[in-house]
Amino acid sequence: MLIRNLSKVAFAAIALMLAGCDGGVLDPKGQIGVDEKHLIIIATLLMLIVVIPVIFMTLFFAWKYRDGRDHEVYAPKWSHSSAIETVVWIVPIVIVLILGVITWGSTHDLDPYKPLEHEAKPITVEVVSMDWKWLFIYPEQGVASVNELAFPANVPVNFKITSDTAMNSFFIPQLGSQIYSMAGMTTKLHLIANEPGTYDGISANYSGAGFAGMKFKAIATPTAADFDAWVAKAKQQATKTLDSATYQALAQKSENNPVEYFGSVSHGMFDQIVMQYMHMDSNEHMAGHEGMEHMSADHNMAGMHHDMAHMASEQKMADMESSTHSDTSSTEHSSTHQVEAE
Amino acid sequence: MSFLGKLSLDAIPYHEPIIMVTLAVVAVIGLYVAALITKHKKWGVLWHDWLTSVDHKRLGIMYIVLAFIMLIRGFSDAIMMRTQQALATNGAAGYLPPEHYDQIFTAHGVIMIIFMAMPFMIGLMNLVLPLQIGARDVAFPFLNNLSFWLTASGAVLINISLGLGEFARTGWVAYPPLSELAYSPGVGVDYYIWALQISGIGTTLTGVNFIATVLKMRAPGMKLMQMPIFTWTCTWANILIVASFPILTAVLALLTLDRYMGFHFFTNDGGGNAMMYINLFWAWGHPEVYILILPAFGIFSDVISTFTSKRLFGYSSMVWASGAISILGFIVWLHHFFTMGSSANVNAFFGVMTMVIAVPTGVKLFNWLFTIYRGRLRLTVPVLWTLGFMVTFTIGGMTGVLLAVPGADYVLHNSLFLIAHFHNTIIGGAVFGYLAGFAYWFPKATGFHLNERLGKASFWCWQIGFYVAFMPLYVLGFMGMTRRINHIDNPAWNMWIYIAAVGACIIMVGIILQFVQLYVSIRDRDQNRDTTGDPWNGHTLEWSTASPPQFYNFAKLPQVSDIDAFTDAKEKGTAYQRLKHYQPIHMPKNTPSGILMALGITAAGFAAIWHILWLAIVGMVGAFIVFLFRAYNNDVDYYVQPDEVARIENAHLNNVVRG
Amino acid sequence: MSVAIPADLEVAHAEEHHEHHDTGGNTLFGFWLYLMTDCILFASVFATYAVLYMNTDGGVSGKDIFELDFVLIETAALLLSSITYGFALIFAKRHNKAATLTWLAITFALGCVFIGMEVYEFHHLIEHGNGPQRSAFLSSFFTLVGMHGLHVTAGLIWMAIMMIEVAKTGLGNRSITRLSCLSLFWHFLDIVWICVFTVVYLLGAL
Repeated sequence: MLIRNLSKVAFAAIALMLAGCDGGVLDPKGQIGVDEKHLIIIATLLMLIVVIPVIFMTLFFAWKYRDGRDHEVYAPKWSHSSAIETVVWIVPIVIVLILGVITWGSTHDLDPYKPLEHEAKPITVEVVSMDWKWLFIYPEQGVASVNELAFPANVPVNFKITSDTAMNSFFIPQLGSQIYSMAGMTTKLHLIANEPGTYDGISANYSGAGFAGMKFKAIATPTAADFDAWVAKAKQQATKTLDSATYQALAQKSENNPVEYFGSVSHGMFDQIVMQYMHMDSNEHMAGHEGMEHMSADHNMAGMHHDMAHMASEQKMADMESSTHSDTSSTEHSSTHQVEAE
Repeated sequence: MSFLGKLSLDAIPYHEPIIMVTLAVVAVIGLYVAALITKHKKWGVLWHDWLTSVDHKRLGIMYIVLAFIMLIRGFSDAIMMRTQQALATNGAAGYLPPEHYDQIFTAHGVIMIIFMAMPFMIGLMNLVLPLQIGARDVAFPFLNNLSFWLTASGAVLINISLGLGEFARTGWVAYPPLSELAYSPGVGVDYYIWALQISGIGTTLTGVNFIATVLKMRAPGMKLMQMPIFTWTCTWANILIVASFPILTAVLALLTLDRYMGFHFFTNDGGGNAMMYINLFWAWGHPEVYILILPAFGIFSDVISTFTSKRLFGYSSMVWASGAISILGFIVWLHHFFTMGSSANVNAFFGVMTMVIAVPTGVKLFNWLFTIYRGRLRLTVPVLWTLGFMVTFTIGGMTGVLLAVPGADYVLHNSLFLIAHFHNTIIGGAVFGYLAGFAYWFPKATGFHLNERLGKASFWCWQIGFYVAFMPLYVLGFMGMTRRINHIDNPAWNMWIYIAAVGACIIMVGIILQFVQLYVSIRDRDQNRDTTGDPWNGHTLEWSTASPPQFYNFAKLPQVSDIDAFTDAKEKGTAYQRLKHYQPIHMPKNTPSGILMALGITAAGFAAIWHILWLAIVGMVGAFIVFLFRAYNNDVDYYVQPDEVARIENAHLNNVVRG
Repeated sequence: MSVAIPADLEVAHAEEHHEHHDTGGNTLFGFWLYLMTDCILFASVFATYAVLYMNTDGGVSGKDIFELDFVLIETAALLLSSITYGFALIFAKRHNKAATLTWLAITFALGCVFIGMEVYEFHHLIEHGNGPQRSAFLSSFFTLVGMHGLHVTAGLIWMAIMMIEVAKTGLGNRSITRLSCLSLFWHFLDIVWICVFTVVYLLGAL
C-alpha cells in the first residue's frame, strides 16, 4: 500500500518534471521519441519499487536503531537469515528480469537501423558531420544544406550518416534516438516527426573547439508541398553547387556557420565523402552493422581487399596535413570564422 | 630536431592570466612549505622516513596526501567549468575560450579518476589491508614504494602540463580520431598518454603486489572466507586492476605508435579503426569504475558493522556479490557506446548484462540495511557518510540502470543526465566511501581523532551541495543539453545551470571545511589522542595495534579463527597479551631506489612529450641503472631486536591499560 | 637474504619461518601474476590484430609477405631455446655453475638467432615499402610481432645479467629465484610466440 502511494507521488513528481521540460527528450514530437519517453517512465517506475523502500528503510533503520535507544532489540551476533537473504536476492532478480524482457523487446523495436513502418514513402537524407557544422545532402531532391535540415512531418526519414573528420553524434532530442557519425563508414538512423515544427539539432559527441556551435534546425514541414517549397527555396537561394571543389572549401574548419544551400549535388557525393580516406574503390556498403554481431568494433572495411583498384587521387579531398592546428582563441562566437590552413 | 625537441619558451602560456596566477600561487605555497621544512629542519625526516619509506602505512598516507592535492586541482577545474557555463549564457562567451575550457574538462576527468580517486583508494588499501590480514607488510615492500612514485610521476607530468604547453582537449576518454596527430597536433594528448601510462603501470604493480599479499601473507589461521570485508573488496578490485590495466597500457601504446611513428591503428586513413580504441578503452574503463567503487563498498561494510557494534549481515553474500560485480564488470563495456550502431542483439545483450549488476549491488544495500537492523548505530562522521551514500548511491544506481536500457540511452547518451549519473555514483559512492574511510581510519593512522563537529559540517555541505549541483543536471539532460559545451544558448537551461553552480560552491565549502577540520585536528591533537589503538571498539585486526601502529605492525602474528578476529580475541580475553619473550622481527630497509627510478621515468616521460630524444634515453637508462643497483644491493633488510620490540609493546600495552 | 645476520638470529629465523617474508616463493608467485598481466597486454594487441588484419588499405596482405620457411626456422630456434633454458635451470638447482652457464649461453645464442631473424624480416619488409606506416594491417603486424620481439630482447638482457651474476656470485638462493622467474618469462614468451606463429603466420599465409 505504502509502495503504491509512493509510486503515485513519484509519478506525480515525474509528471511535474515533464511539464518543466519544454523542448527536451521528455517533450517528444515523433514516434521514436514518444516510445523512448514511455520506456524511460516505465523503467523508472519499476526501479522505484526497490529504490523507495531502500531509501526509506535506510533512514528509518538509522533512526530506529540509533545508539541510546536501549528499549529496541539489540542482536550483536545476528548476521544471517536465510529468509531475508533469499528475499534480498529474489526481489532485485525479479525486477531485473522484468526490465530485461522490456529491454530486449524495446531495443529491437527502437533499433536505429530498423526502417519505420509507415504508409508514406520515406525520404533519404545523407548527413555529414564536419569541423564544425552539419552538411545535409538530399540525393532524391539534388540539393544540400548546411546547418538546416528539412523534411515533411508524418513521413519517415532515413538518415545515412558519416563524418568528414572526428566522431560526432547526430541528435535531434525531440525526435528521439541519436547515432554516431564516423569517418570512413556509414551509420543509419530512422526517425519521423509526427507534428510539424522546428526542432533543435545538435552534435552529442564532443569533436573539438567548435563543437558547441555545431547546431542545426530540423524543420518538419506541415505537408509534402511545404517541403517541396523548401527545396525550391534552397535551389533558388543557393549560390554554389556541391562538388569536390566546393566540398573541400566547406571542409575547412569553421565555427557557428550560418545556414547555407547548395543548388545541386554532384552524383555520388556522399559515397565519395565516405570513401575519402581509402586507398581503393569499392561499391560495397561500408556500414558494418552486420559485422557488429561478432565484435562490436568490427565496422571494419570487411571485403576491402588489397587487389582492388586504387581510388583516384582526386577523391582524396581533405588534405589532413594542411588543416592541422590553428589557434581559435580569437574566434568570435557570433560570427563564422574561417580558419586558415597553416 | 633541436636539443630541446619541441620545447621552447613559447610553451609557457603567458597570455593566460588564470594559469599564470595559479602558477604564482602554487609557487608561493611551494616556497612557503619548503621554508617551513627548512625552518623545522625536517628535510632529513622527509627523505629518510617518508619519501624513501617502504612501510605500507606511510605509503598509504602519502597516497592520500597526493589524492587531496589532486582533489584541489580537479575541483578547481570543476568550479571553473560550472562558472564558465553559468557565465556563458544568453550569448555571452564567458571567461574561458574553447581551447582552455576543453583542456579543463579533460583534465578534470583524468585527475579525478586517475589522480584523486585511485590514489585515495590505493592509499586506504595500503594503510589498512596488511593490518587487517595480520601481516607485517605487503609481499613486495620496495615494489610498493615504486608503485607510489610511478603514480606520483604521472601526477607530476599532468601538473607540468598546466605551465608548460597544454593538456589534451579531447575529453578524458581521448577518442581518436580527435586524439590523433591530425586533429590534436599539440603536446596535450602526449601529456595525457604519458601521465596515464606511467601511473597505470604503477597501479598494475600495486594490483600484483596486493594479490600476492592477500594470498600469501594472511595471519596464521585466517581462511579466505574470514578476511575482513574491506580486504575482500580490495582483493576483487586488485583482480580487476590486474585484468584490466594492461588493456589501458596496450591501447595507450597503440595510440602512442599512431602519434609518434605514423602507424594506422585508429586513424581515419590507412585502414585504421577508431572503434577499436573505443572498445579497448572501455574494456579497461568500465572495470575501472568498479575498481573505484568496490573498496568503498568494503569501507561502508566495515563502518556499519563497527558502529552498530554488530556483526556484518550476510558476509558471504557480500563476498560473492562483490565477485559477481567484478566478473560482470568485464562484460558490459559496450554500454558506453550503444549509439555506435551495433545491432539490436548486441546492444540488448550488453544492456541486460549491465542491469544484472544491479542485483548484487542491491543485495549489498539490503545487507547493510540488515546490519543496522537491531544494532546500536552510533551516528559518527563515518556513519553519516555511509547513510548519505546509501541514499545517494541508490538514486545513482537507478539512473544507471535507466541508462543501461539502450532505448533510453539513445536519447540520454552523452547528455548531462549521464554526467549527473556517474557523479552520483562516483561522488555518492566512491568519494563518500573514501571520506568515510578517511574519518574511520584517521585515528589509526595518526594517533589522534578528527574534529567531529567540522567533520559533520563538511559532510552536510557535501551532501546538500551534491544534490544542488547534480539534480539540475538530470533535468538538463532531459532538456536535451549535451556534455562538454562551453556556452549555453537556450534560455530555458539558464536557471538549472545557475543552481548547479551554487551546488558546486556548497561542495567547495564542504571541501574547505575538510581542510579546516584537518588543520584544527592537528592543532588540537594533544587533546584528542587515541591511546588505546581501538577508538571505535573495532572488529578487525587493525584495531589491535597501537595508533599509529608499530612500524612492524604485529610483535607476534595473531592467530585468527573468526571473521571479526579482534572482537573474537577481545571476547576470549586473548587481546592485548603481554609476552615474556619477543622474537626478532625481520624488516625491509627504506630505500631511495623507488623515487630515483621514478625520477628517471618522469624525465623520460617528459622527454617523450616534448620529443627530446637524449633526455628520454638518459631517463630510462638512469632508471635501469638504479634498478640494477637495487637488485645487487645486499643491504636491504634488518632485524628488530627483541628488547626493542618489548619496549614498544610494553609502552603500547601500558597505554591501553591507562585508557 | 641472510647476509650480515648474526648466527643466533639465524636460528630464530628458521624456527619462525612462517612469520617471515618467504621471499623466494612470494617472488615467483608475484612474477607469475605479473606474467598474467603481460598475457592480457598481448591479448589486447592480438584482438587489435584480429580486427585490423584485413585492413590492408590497398597494400600487401599477409599472404603476400609471409615466408613460412623462414619463420619456421625462427620458431625452431625459440622453441629449442626453451628446452636449453630448462637444462640450465636443472643444473642451477644442482648448483652446477659451469653447466648452468653453458646452457644459459646456448639459450642466449638461440635467442639472438631469433631476434636477428626477426630484425632481418622487419628490415626486409620496410625496405620494400611495407613498413608499419603503410596500412593498419602492417601497423598491427609490426606491433604484435615487435612487442614479442621486445620482450625477447628484454629477456636476453636479463639473461646476460644473470650470466654475469652466476659467474660472479655463484648459485645462491637469490640467483636461483631469479633464474626461475626468467624461466617463467622465457617459457611464457614461447607460448605467446606459438600463438603469434599460428594466428599471424600460419592463418595469414594460408
